[in-house]
Amino acid sequence: MIGESMYQELILEHYKHPQGRGLREPYDTEVHHVNPTCGDEITLRVRVGDAGTIEDVSYDGQGCSISQAAASVLHELTTGSTVEETLSVVDEFTRLMQGRGQVAADEDVLGDAVAFAGVAKFPARVKCALLSWMAYKDAVVRSAAR
Amino acid sequence: MTSTSFDVERIRKDFPVLSRELPGGRPLVYLDSGNSSQKPTSVVETMREHLAMHYSNVGRAMHVLGSESTEAYEGARDKVAAFIGAPSRDEVVFTKNASEALNLVAYSFGNRSNTDPRFTLGPGDEIVISEMEHHSNIVPWQMLAQRTGATLKWFGVTGDGRLDVAEGVITERTKIVSIAHQSNVLGTVNPVADVLALARRAGALVMLDASQSVPHHPVDVAGLGVDFVAFTGHKMVGPSGIGVLWARGELLDAMPPFLGGGEMIEAVWMDRSTYAPAPHKFEAGTPPIVEAIGLGAAVDYLTGIGMAAVEAHERELTAHALGALGEVPGLHLIGPGTLEQRGGTLSFTLEGIHPHDVGQILDDRFGIAVRVGHHCARPLHLRFGIPATTRASFYLYNTTGEIDALVRGLHYVQKVFA
Repeated sequence: MIGESMYQELILEHYKHPQGRGLREPYDTEVHHVNPTCGDEITLRVRVGDAGTIEDVSYDGQGCSISQAAASVLHELTTGSTVEETLSVVDEFTRLMQGRGQVAADEDVLGDAVAFAGVAKFPARVKCALLSWMAYKDAVVRSAAR
Repeated sequence: MTSTSFDVERIRKDFPVLSRELPGGRPLVYLDSGNSSQKPTSVVETMREHLAMHYSNVGRAMHVLGSESTEAYEGARDKVAAFIGAPSRDEVVFTKNASEALNLVAYSFGNRSNTDPRFTLGPGDEIVISEMEHHSNIVPWQMLAQRTGATLKWFGVTGDGRLDVAEGVITERTKIVSIAHQSNVLGTVNPVADVLALARRAGALVMLDASQSVPHHPVDVAGLGVDFVAFTGHKMVGPSGIGVLWARGELLDAMPPFLGGGEMIEAVWMDRSTYAPAPHKFEAGTPPIVEAIGLGAAVDYLTGIGMAAVEAHERELTAHALGALGEVPGLHLIGPGTLEQRGGTLSFTLEGIHPHDVGQILDDRFGIAVRVGHHCARPLHLRFGIPATTRASFYLYNTTGEIDALVRGLHYVQKVFA
C-alpha cells in the first residue's frame, strides 16, 4: 500500500523519539513558521558558533508525524555542521520533496532524510515535511544578516 | 433497517462512485459528506441532458432553447421553495454557495443604500454569532464589523459541544444574530427557537447557516420562524457552484442588490438604475444554470426518498457510530455523546496521533475518506485547545458496515503509531 512507503520506520522512530526537541538557550535567532492549510506550526531557534558552525538547533511545535519527524532529522543533520554544509542539505532535501517522486535522493548528502522520499508523492504532505526545514533556512539567513 | 421503505443497498446503486475501486483494489468508504456529498445518477443525467439538448441562457433569449432553459432554471427554484417550505418561490435566491448567501446578507447591513432601520448598523450596534461557526459564518460578519464599527459578539460552546445560550450576549443593541443550524464539526443541532426568542425580544433579525441541516433533516423555513437561511447544493447530492439564500420577502425587498450586472435590473440609464424584484435583483449576470437545474434534480431525488427517512437512517448510523467509536481506546469525541439534538457528523481526536496521519492511513490503506484538519472552524478547535480533528460525516448512502470499517481502520492506525 502507498501509505507504507510514506510512513517509513525511520520516520515513525523520529516521531516517537524526537531528537533535540525543546527550545534551548543560548540562540541567535528564533523563527515561527505555520502551515496554514493544516495548522502545523514550529518555533525554531538556531545558535551559530564563531567558526560558522551550527552549535544548536532547538525547536518546539505541533503537527503530524511527517512534520515532527522532519524537524527531528533536521536537528540531527545540522547540528555540528557548518552553515554552508547545512544549506546544501536543505537544498537537496527541498529538491527531493518537490520532485513529485521523480527525483532520486542523494543519500550521501541527505543521510536519514532520504526516508522522506515517499512523502514527495503526496503533494498535500510535502509542506509538512518542509515546514521545519524552511524555518531553519529562514533562521540561518536571518542570523547571518545580524 | 427500522424503516421498511428505506433500502440503503438500493440507494447505493443510485450513486455510481460508491461502487468504484480505488487504486490498489481498495473499495471506497466515503465518510466525508459533510464536506461534499456524492451525486446520484439522476442528478448527473439531468445536468448532462440539459447541457446536451436544452442549453441556452436564461431570462433573455427569445427562442425555444432559451425558453426551455428558463423553464428548467425557474422550475428548480419552485422545487427548492417547496423542499424548504418557503411561503413564496420569489424568496428563493440562487447564489453560488452558502458563503455567497451569507455575504449577501451581511452586505445589506450598515449599507448607505439601505435606510430600513432593521438594517442600519454602526458603532455601538452588535452582531451576534457563535464560537462553533464555520468560517463562512464568521468572516463576513467580521468584515461587516470592520466596515461599520459595529461590535461582533458570540455565544460560547459548552464542554460537550452545545451552544451556550447565555443571557446578555444578545442585547437591545443587537441587529443580527447568525448561527449554524447544525454544526459542521460537532454535529450539534442548535436550539433555534431559544435563540430566536432572545433575538425577537431585542428586535434583531436572525440568520441560519443551514448548510449542514437542509441536506439531512426535513427543514421548514417558515416553521423555523427565522429571517434568513443559507445552504448549498453540493452537500445535498447536488452539484457545486449553486447555493441558496432564502429570506422573508419583505426583507429581500428592503435589501440592496449585492452584485450589479445583467438580469438584476429593471431599467438602466447612464447615471442610475432601477432593479428587478427579488429574487432576480440578487442574481446578477448569467447564473449557474445547469447547476441550479442539477440542484432541482437533487431535491427531486431527496424528496423521492423522503427527508424523514433520510433523517431516520442517519440517526441509526449516528447511534451505531457513537457506540462503536466509544469503544476505541484513546478516542475523544468532540461534540455531543448522545443522539439528542445531533446529526451524523462525528469529530474526534486519537491520543498521540495527529489527524493528518489518521486520515492518510485510513485513505491509503482502507480507502476510507474522512476529513482531517479544522474543517473551516478554527475558533471552535481553539476553544477545545486542539489544532485539528478527524471527522466522519454520514449521509443517506452510508452503512453501519462502513462505520465498522472506520473503527477497524482506527485500530490499525493506533498499531502503526504504538
